[in-house]
Amino acid sequence: MPWNLNSDRPIFIQIIEKIQMDIISGLYQPGDKLPSVRDLAQKASVNPNTMQKALSELERTGLVYSQRTSGRFITEDTAMIDNLKSELAKEIITQFLDNMEKLGIEKEEAISLISQISKGDGHDTD
Amino acid sequence: MTLIECKKLTKKYGNHTALSNISLQIESGHIIGLLGPNGSGKTTLIKLITGLLAPSSGSVYVNGQPVGPDSKSHISYLPDHSYLNGSMRVRDILNFFDDFYEDFDSMRAFDMLAKLQINPNHKLKTLSKGTQEKVQLILVMSRRANLYILDEPIAGVDPAARDYILNTILSNYDESASILISTHLISDIENILDEVIFIQNGTLHTHAGVDDLRQKENNSIDTIFREVFKC
Repeated sequence: MPWNLNSDRPIFIQIIEKIQMDIISGLYQPGDKLPSVRDLAQKASVNPNTMQKALSELERTGLVYSQRTSGRFITEDTAMIDNLKSELAKEIITQFLDNMEKLGIEKEEAISLISQISKGDGHDTD
Repeated sequence: MTLIECKKLTKKYGNHTALSNISLQIESGHIIGLLGPNGSGKTTLIKLITGLLAPSSGSVYVNGQPVGPDSKSHISYLPDHSYLNGSMRVRDILNFFDDFYEDFDSMRAFDMLAKLQINPNHKLKTLSKGTQEKVQLILVMSRRANLYILDEPIAGVDPAARDYILNTILSNYDESASILISTHLISDIENILDEVIFIQNGTLHTHAGVDDLRQKENNSIDTIFREVFKC
């Protein structure tokens, strides 16, 4: 299954996250048309009703809008997409710091570890 | 729209009560998993809906009508045992279905045979068990019915063909139809389900939306099943 959905969390939430990610990463550009519910459902190997639910939720948040007869489109509001991006980044960092804390690594130490490792990466690609 | 309505359905085999006081409704446009341990009454419920058994008490309505010849023409049913003549060629079985059912789509059936690389000139009994199951599923899914009832459709089929079959089910059913699937392979099918029905000792344990259930229990349907029916 190309979408790699996990069965122990609601599927529609995972679909929302996946489409948000595709918007942030630029796979879907602002103003792009989304495939039909049926095509998306088939691609993700999920029930069309579940896909419909996820898309309605994305529409409610404004990230996606529908035009009556022509389908669903990605928002052209780039500020909204940037907002979503920084929100997600915050979430990932908070999660990361929580995990570090579980390892007994304090914030400052974690930050210095990050800069060490990212410098190391820089050398590799030089 | 309500496709199936069971009202206080009870079925006894002699002294043994197989189903007791089941009331439930199934809406059109949904894919529903019918889940329960061995001997819990899944097949009995299916046979009552398809009209192969008569209830001891209570009633079943399909499309608002009591079960009868008319309701049978709207239901495409895959039984848990094959009733096909093994010495017939696959091609002839397809033609047989075409004669029998007005809503049978031969093109679609031959198309699926080709996709699964099944030779229509072979006799059914010369095919492996899994391939025979695929043929039966193709027959059932090639009808344009309101309701598909699949009793253990994928048990003998390899995982790759399983994915193909599930995708076929997803892409072929139209939005006004519903599919009721009874299976033990929950993890394979749970992502395509809208709802699940859990049956325990002939009674209705749970009838809920799958995502609601996952959210409530924080677990997959497969894990929830294992916990509910722990031996």
